[in-house]
Amino acid sequence: MKGGPLRHFLNANALLTFTFLYAPILILILYSFNASKLAYNWRGLSLRWYIELFQDQAIGSALRNSLIVALSSTTISTIFGTMVALAMERYDFWGKLPFDALLYLPIIIPDVAMAVMLLMFFVLAHMPLGLYTIIISHVAFNISFVAVVVRARLAQFDMTVEEAAADLYADNWQTFRRVTLPLLMPGILGGALLAFTLSLDDFVITFFTSGPGSTTLPLRIYSMVKLGVTPEVNALSSMMILVSMVLVFISYLLQRGGGPQIATI
Amino acid sequence: MMNLSPRQRRVSLLTLIAPSLFWLIVFFLVPLLIVAAMSFGQRGTYGGVEWNLTLNNFGRLADPLYLKIFRRSFMIAGITTIVCLLIGYPLAYWIARRAPKRRTLFIMLLIVPFWTNFLVRTYAWLLILRDQGLVNLAWTGPLHSAALWLAATLPGGFTSSLSQLTAAPLGLFGTDLAIIIGLVYGWLPDMVLPCYAAIERYDFSLSEAAEDLYANRLRTFTRVVLPLTLPGIMAGSVLVFIPSLGAYITPDLLGGARSVMIGNVIYSQFMAARDYPFGAAVAMGLMAVMVIGTIIYFRMGTSGSPEVESVEAGI
Repeated sequence: MKGGPLRHFLNANALLTFTFLYAPILILILYSFNASKLAYNWRGLSLRWYIELFQDQAIGSALRNSLIVALSSTTISTIFGTMVALAMERYDFWGKLPFDALLYLPIIIPDVAMAVMLLMFFVLAHMPLGLYTIIISHVAFNISFVAVVVRARLAQFDMTVEEAAADLYADNWQTFRRVTLPLLMPGILGGALLAFTLSLDDFVITFFTSGPGSTTLPLRIYSMVKLGVTPEVNALSSMMILVSMVLVFISYLLQRGGGPQIATI
Repeated sequence: MMNLSPRQRRVSLLTLIAPSLFWLIVFFLVPLLIVAAMSFGQRGTYGGVEWNLTLNNFGRLADPLYLKIFRRSFMIAGITTIVCLLIGYPLAYWIARRAPKRRTLFIMLLIVPFWTNFLVRTYAWLLILRDQGLVNLAWTGPLHSAALWLAATLPGGFTSSLSQLTAAPLGLFGTDLAIIIGLVYGWLPDMVLPCYAAIERYDFSLSEAAEDLYANRLRTFTRVVLPLTLPGIMAGSVLVFIPSLGAYITPDLLGGARSVMIGNVIYSQFMAARDYPFGAAVAMGLMAVMVIGTIIYFRMGTSGSPEVESVEAGI
């Protein structure tokens, strides 16, 4: 591909697409510093909305709920997901294929469908909706995501290092603890980070499985947006964008020690 | 882990899969079966479910009112997929032709917005597209002034209608177009990543060989590059089409009252109308489409590249 209109087209397309991806985010951040209450009225830069944001009690408790849900569901799903990834990559067993399908389903099922399923289950099981039903639901989809990421790491695992450990009289547990687990760590951390982000990010499933008093941050943003666009939402959204950028950066640092597959999650 | 007796192997395997198996059966498979059974049930007098065997709910899917919504959802998801492909494939091609170090950078750049909350990203478009949004500020502001000036200097039918057109907001908000913009924005990386994986694996010396055999650029592309990267295109299309078809937030925030999609129908049946069996039937229909899409996806065999698999998992 030397020169010619095709190359110009490809360059222009790339430039426009990246502009398309970043312009809305930059506009949102710019709006969040607008001193005016009306978005179409630019009154100069101000931190007014950030100050109001930090004084908002409801947002504080929504943030707390979001963190409780994200931390618990990440912990549970990272442990379970890593275990199941080890089983799927290291063992052959009866019923492996249907189990594999079951493991993939939560990733591809539309979130509205999964939300409805869980809501009906909790209603029929007479489980009152609250923080713990949200956590259960988040674990239900996060196990699969963690498993996929850890399996990708396991697939490129050099099994001979385990044999070497055994040759050096390490028992099974020592081999796992000292050799397998540390080598697997970038994959596990990558999976955990993904689960954490997905949990913080989730709106639809949380919306269906939350009860009174278990409003998370996305639910709070949603109701604020629905009630009318308030500048406080702009500040909150910008903060969340900042946090996700930090998370991407962490995952980037993680992958530098961990092979190419985590680089791109 | 290799010097275990068969019994130890069984025990360790069971320990490893038991927690996930339990969780996925109780909190995924059982709920799925409940909703499947519910779709054959009937709405009870007091809003509950009567568990009998009827196909009425599926019959109601053919109601013109719902049929129209389903058609619109398929159309919106289809257009979204095509737009993503038209933008995403050339972008994937462009990234794949960069130097290896640059490629990682551009893939990262593509993914960063993706890690941002979906709701927040959709909200950003609300700020841009609504009547007092940025697009309309430009449309009724500078563009309108320009049109007025044009109409004053060059009087005529065209210029005066142009100034009238720019006087009122574009009215993008609440339209199917707004939904499509939101969905393309949300799912574009889902198209680019599988296409990129396919193009990156493509051996460009094949293009040279085709050109040596006097194929022109277009023929080289349609006969060699395109068929060999087709699995990536198919995988990307499925990955964009399925979530677009099941979208809830995007039509809810950007579509307004006029534009409703399947996801909103499911929502209103469960949360507002309380007709669980009918809502379950709609959800089962949506899942049927998803299963077909997934079969296509796996047949296309994009698996094999762990990098891309984990990327896709990340989405």
